[in-house]
Formats: sequence, C-alpha cells, structure tokens
Amino acid sequence: MSTPEILSLTIGNIRTGLASKSFSARELAEAALGFAQKENPSTNAYLTFSPERALTAAAKVDQQIAEGAKLSALAGVPLGVKDVIVTKGIRTTCGSRMLEHYIPPYDATAVTRLETQGAMILGKLNCDEFAMGSSNENSAFGPVRNPRALDRVPGGSSGGSAAAVAQGTAVVSLGSDTGGSIRQPASFCGIVGVTPTYGRVSRYGLVAFASSLDHIGPFARNVEDAAAVLQAMAGRDTLDSTSAAAPVDDYATQMKQSVKGLKLGLPKEYFEGLNSETADVIHAAVKQLESLGCEVREVSLPNTQYALSCYYIIATAEASSNLARYDGVRYTSRPDSNTLSDMYRNTRGANFGAEVKRRIMLGTYVLSAGYYDAYYRKAQQVRTLIAQDFTAAFEQVDALITPVSPFPAFKIGAKVDDPLAMYLSDVYTLTGDLAGVPCMSVPCGESPEGLPIGLQIFTKHFDESTMFRIAYNYEQSTTR
Amino acid sequence: MTLSDQEVRYVADLANLRLSDEEVSRMSHDLGQILTHIEQLNSLNTEGVEPMAQVLFNAGETATLRPDVPHTPLSNEEALANAPASGAGYFKVPKVIER
Repeated sequence: MSTPEILSLTIGNIRTGLASKSFSARELAEAALGFAQKENPSTNAYLTFSPERALTAAAKVDQQIAEGAKLSALAGVPLGVKDVIVTKGIRTTCGSRMLEHYIPPYDATAVTRLETQGAMILGKLNCDEFAMGSSNENSAFGPVRNPRALDRVPGGSSGGSAAAVAQGTAVVSLGSDTGGSIRQPASFCGIVGVTPTYGRVSRYGLVAFASSLDHIGPFARNVEDAAAVLQAMAGRDTLDSTSAAAPVDDYATQMKQSVKGLKLGLPKEYFEGLNSETADVIHAAVKQLESLGCEVREVSLPNTQYALSCYYIIATAEASSNLARYDGVRYTSRPDSNTLSDMYRNTRGANFGAEVKRRIMLGTYVLSAGYYDAYYRKAQQVRTLIAQDFTAAFEQVDALITPVSPFPAFKIGAKVDDPLAMYLSDVYTLTGDLAGVPCMSVPCGESPEGLPIGLQIFTKHFDESTMFRIAYNYEQSTTR
Repeated sequence: MTLSDQEVRYVADLANLRLSDEEVSRMSHDLGQILTHIEQLNSLNTEGVEPMAQVLFNAGETATLRPDVPHTPLSNEEALANAPASGAGYFKVPKVIER
C-alpha cells in the first residue's frame, strides 16, 4: 500500500477496499503499522505499538470476509488509543513515570466496543501526564510535535491522538477531554475532535483525572468518521454508573439533513480577547453557515468569565482525590523507603511531574479545612450558573458557534514557564465540560502562517445529531 | 494572594508529596498566582445557588443502578501483577508497626 493510499484512508473506503478484496485486513494492518512506525519519530505521537493486537483484530475481519459475513461497522479501521485509556496486556502509562511499566489487567469499555466492531488497535498515544496540560509538553516521555508545523505543540492533553490522525499514522483515534483536551488539539492539528455529552460514552477504563468532567471522544480526519466511532462506543454501560441510558441517535443519517433554518448563537463573550487572525477565520465560517440557510444571532453566556477559575478549583480538587491511589503499593516502581509514610511521599515526589504536583497541591489546598466552602463549594455553585447559561441559550438557539482556542498552535516551550498563560488556552473549551454538553472542533481555515484553526459547535445534552449535522454540512460545503 | 513556604509544606504533607526546597519556592509562586486569579469568584453573588456536583440528567433515582449479578473478579495474581513488591498473595510495604 503506497503512502498516498494510506493517507487517504477513511472508514468508508476501507470498507469498500475490504469488500472488493483490493486488500485484506492483514495487509492493511501491516501497511498501517509499518507506516506509523516509520513516521512516528518526527512527532513522538505513539508511546507503544501493539502489532499483535492489531493483527489479531485483522484476522477476525479477514475471517468475516472469508465467511461472507456482513462487515462490522469499523471493520479493519486502524485505531490509536490515548494512553490514559486502559488496554488489557498493553502498557498504559498515562504519560507518567508513575505508570511507566503498568500493564492493565482489563480493557476500557470504549476499547472493547470499538474492537467488537472490527477496529484494529495500532498502539497507545502520547499525552500530557494524567491528561493534565494543553500542549503535550507535560509527558514524561517527551513532547509531541505538531505534524503541521514540527516546531509547534499539537495541543493537549490528547496531543498524540490528534497528531497521529493528522499525520496519517492512525485513521481514527480516541482521546479524553476534561477541559478541552480533545477539541483544542483537534483545532491545533487541523482535524475533527468530538467531546460527547457527559455520560454518553462509558468512562470505565479511562484513568480518572476529574470524574465529573472526564469524557472519552474520537478524533478523525472528517466528520463522518468521527461520528461513526462515537456511534460504535456510545450508550449505557453498567460498569460506569454515570453512563446514560438515553437512546443513541443514528448519526450517519441525521447529519445528512439540511441545516436550513437552524438557529445558531454566537456568544459574545467568546469573541472578546480573541486574536484577530482567528476571529477573521471564525467570522468567515459563520458567513458560510449563513449561506447554507442557518439563522445567526448574538447570544450571551454571562458567566463565561468565571469558568476558568471554577474549572481549576473543581478539576484539581477531584484530581487530588483521584490521584491519591498512586501510593507505591499497587503500581510499578517505588524508591527505597524505611517507613510507610516515606514510601508514599518518596514515590509521589519522585514519579509525578511538575504540573501534576501543582494540580494535586492546588486541589488539596482548596479542599483543606477552612477553605472548602470558600473555594470548592463556591466553584460548584458557579458551575451551576455556567450550566444555566447554556440552558438559557438553548431556549433561543439550536447550537452555539465559537472559536476553540484564542490562538492557533504555539511554539514548543513558549508557555511552559507560565501555568496561568497555559491554562488560558482552554478558556473557550472548558465551559462545555463544566456544563456537560456535547461539543466538537471542525477545521475551518488557517492563520496567515498556515496554522489550522477549528470551529467549535455546542448543542444541548444528547443532541450530538444536530452538532454533527452542522459540522457535516459545513465540511461538505467547504471541501474542494 | 501569596502562599508562604510553610503553608506549601503543610499542604504537601496533606497530599503525601515530597517536595524539594526548589519545588517549594516554585510552588509558592505558582499557587499564589493561580489563587489570585481564582479570587475573582468572590465578586460573584452565589447566595441560594445549588452546588453542582455532577452533570444532571432528567433520569429517575434508580436509573444508574445495575442488576446485582455475581461475576468473577480479578484473580489474586492479576491484582498483584503490577505491584513493586508482593509475596504470599499480598502487597508488601515497609514495616508499619514496630514490635
């Protein structure tokens, strides 16, 4: 299989190729793995390759074909998985020294569901340590480089997941989003990234960062493929009590309906402080949606300015609790210590990176005696107000259209010494996680330097169909 | 808002984190900066607003329960496989109580 062929793979043309016997799933798996292993050093997107697992999946697909059975939804699709999602028997590091040698004894539900539908896992993808970061510079195993500009970050925390799909070393991938970790890297790398409604995809097997904010979602090079991956993994899972029983729409059919007459809101707070290059591209995309028959109006989400503070209290509080489990008893290595208390402190001091320590410290502080009400409870109240902003906006419009990030991909090292400046790159995305509404990034243009810019679409809880419909119609109308 | 080195060490102790002196002073600067930003929440009146602990759905109280059926848990060997030290079917840690 030639490089241009590998780069042009989609779920649809893989299906056609397999059905017409242009290639077998095994040939595809071998070609995709070979390409990924050859190209990976330039971006450092993959931390681990899993050829045995991919070839086992390929053999099942080839058997289906030999038996003349109907091909499953993701038959033969090369998939990369963010390294915070556990895979039985395949090392899962979370980008941390703490789990450098951790081999999970079970699979995440999302992984099981995608493999049941025929996906072939090529390997595990680099990310910020425990998904904490906006640039993928916080990985213990080195930063990921943006395939569109190798001196720039791919975004984070799912930087490897976005880079692999943009580079063509995976056709689709899984990421996780707690404050923007799918949409921001999708935007920076010029691909599609989806954060579904909270509870739409089971979190079973997603290593916990902030449980009330964590989402699993797909990356793909087009809207149809992203929707197909979500379709295959969405729905109630008894192993995650927060997974929702709400019925799952048929996205492939729904997205192809016209957007004529849909009401789109532009929240004015998301256009303040935007870099002008990004603003120009977003406004052109809005014009394009108008030309497709959407009605556009300005709306207000008045509590947006409080979202960053609210988020960094809630997310770090939950993280400080979730990461207490890394104590040197159950997971991989620990330094020599004479007492139990030294073992805890030495293990955590030696194996966590700077950003993870910073967040554990902030989370512990805001939960500590005397500060709980002033910080944590206050932030939970503000979260209610932010969620109410969305509810009120959706009484007026069907979807909200915003930028994903105030600026395109920045240079590696540019924000590494200023945590607050780094946090500000998520200022337009973390509201979606706080409210739990579905949201996605779809490519909508480039900066004058040629850096990709993404358009963000938010819809009501469980209305992924309308979100995909807008993204798909926009994409189709702008694709040459 | 500033956080003294002493306060940083107290919080690190609560979090079971060993920090070097350099990390303590860096942390004192970074946390101070972030907490200063967070103080803006005080300007927002939230009296009477319910705290949001979880994304709310219009679901019944029992919607999240699963059928209570027995299943095979992880085996002892699987549970211990990633432990830095284990023996006789248990996790091993430094001595907790002196005889």
